[in-house]
Amino acid sequence: MKHVDEKKRRQLVGRLLKIATHLGAILPLALLFWDYQQSNLGADPVREITLRLGKSTLILLMLTLAVTPVQIVLGIKQIGPLRRLLGLYSFLHLCLHLLSFVWLDYLFEWSFIVDAIIDQKYVLVGFTAFLLMLPLALTSTNWSMRRLGKKWKQLHRLSYVAGILAVVHFLWLVKNVYTEPLIYGAILLLLLLVRNRRVKQRILGWRRKAKRAKVGVTTSAH
Amino acid sequence: MLIKTKSGTEIPSSEITPEHIYHSRRKFMVGAAGAAASTLLAACAPSSSSPIPEATEQPAATAAQAATSAPAATAKVVQISANEDELGDAVNSFEDITNYNNYYEFTTDKTGVASLAKNYPTSPWQVVVDGLVKNKRIYDMDDLRSRFDQEERIYRLRCVEAWSMVIPWMGFPLSKILNEVEPLPEAKYVRFETVYDPEQMPGQKSRWFNWPYVEGLRLDEAMHDLTLMSTGLYGRDLLPQNGAPLRLVVPWKYGFKSIKSIVKIELVDKMPTSLWMTSAPNEYGFYANVNPNVDHPRWSQGTERRIGELGRRKTLMFNGYEEQVASLYSGLDLKSNY
Repeated sequence: MKHVDEKKRRQLVGRLLKIATHLGAILPLALLFWDYQQSNLGADPVREITLRLGKSTLILLMLTLAVTPVQIVLGIKQIGPLRRLLGLYSFLHLCLHLLSFVWLDYLFEWSFIVDAIIDQKYVLVGFTAFLLMLPLALTSTNWSMRRLGKKWKQLHRLSYVAGILAVVHFLWLVKNVYTEPLIYGAILLLLLLVRNRRVKQRILGWRRKAKRAKVGVTTSAH
Repeated sequence: MLIKTKSGTEIPSSEITPEHIYHSRRKFMVGAAGAAASTLLAACAPSSSSPIPEATEQPAATAAQAATSAPAATAKVVQISANEDELGDAVNSFEDITNYNNYYEFTTDKTGVASLAKNYPTSPWQVVVDGLVKNKRIYDMDDLRSRFDQEERIYRLRCVEAWSMVIPWMGFPLSKILNEVEPLPEAKYVRFETVYDPEQMPGQKSRWFNWPYVEGLRLDEAMHDLTLMSTGLYGRDLLPQNGAPLRLVVPWKYGFKSIKSIVKIELVDKMPTSLWMTSAPNEYGFYANVNPNVDHPRWSQGTERRIGELGRRKTLMFNGYEEQVASLYSGLDLKSNY
């Protein structure tokens, strides 16, 4: 009986986590729309829209990449299903970011856009990140996972490459004050570190030890 | 460029509501009613020929300081002479010009400068002019405003970040100061320095930059008639976020050359090293002329977005002032002298 309750509780928490993720990922878009309606985007709304969408893309991508490391470190299995959701939302924000660039900023003037991509390193890097994310979004279905088997995992490691490119993209567009992009870079490095096999094994070892110690304490208390 | 000097056709300053009263009137309308209402109403009377004391809207402590500024100077020109520049591009709104500022001394957030700079005291203010000159001088800001005729100049401002505005500046050519102090023959460059006040300018605590802000011009650039010392815009005194009380405006160079809140002008014999040259020597050079053919190492300078517009426009050589300034650079390789 207790077992069934536990299962139900887990299902509920899982559902709530998903709802929170949906809301959290849509919130920045709603805020952007609201600020646009209220003319709160400053003298250069085009830049503000592009920058804000870029920022939300980066944060969502970081969260996507954080899911597995957080599972490893804290052992919270329930957040697993959020990875795909966060990844897809990140891609949605990225598409809007790109749309804002080619539409609002450049009004689809392709000659300007081609120059912008070639001449501006940060655009080139950002665009490459988009090209890497595209197949990941397309192969995010269960069907693709089954079809690709082992290759799916290898393919989706590209998300880390996209993350690195996104940070470089940010780093290359700021004017000298590198604090913020460097913070994202440090977080990304930490996440990558946890994915390293040896680091991962060590963390899992610590967790097993801690668990045993805890169990030991509980038994001795009885 | 459009230049308008004071002329007889203007409304006499006595008939114009001084700016501080204009603001107090707005404050009143916004709802600052109550006990002070009758006093303010009296202050609003447009027919009053003598300036109303600042004390009606400011705490007593600052009233003495404020009284040293000349409210009449603000009222010399209330309207801008034209709504577009000589190329037919519309002037940007006062709102946009005063709320979208690159002024790293306060913050790197362009929309955050106005509120942070709001209370920055710009009076009293002195500007030291020394170095290789015959007559070293310390100008009092009020003296500078009345000493030289204030002209209106509608200039394009092109930021190195590839956005631009059209701004109706008020001011006088830098050459007027230089002619007065008389540079010595060995003076080759002019070096400008912004006020250093990290207590009130939070951005100056940032370690990413080597404060204070320094900029420089070649003497012939500084003497050029387009080179303006600005004291105002839209017919009013400059607001702190725009570099009050005195800033440089060099319309054919990227915006960062137009140094704000100047306290020192020095004539020197060696090329000054600007703050941006120190921060990123491969990205920002001494000349910083607007040039669509010489890209920033990380981004293109071929196009720009005019604030208030969607899409992009092509950036013009020397920001559209080629005819007036190109001769300054004949024989100079603009690619290596970026």
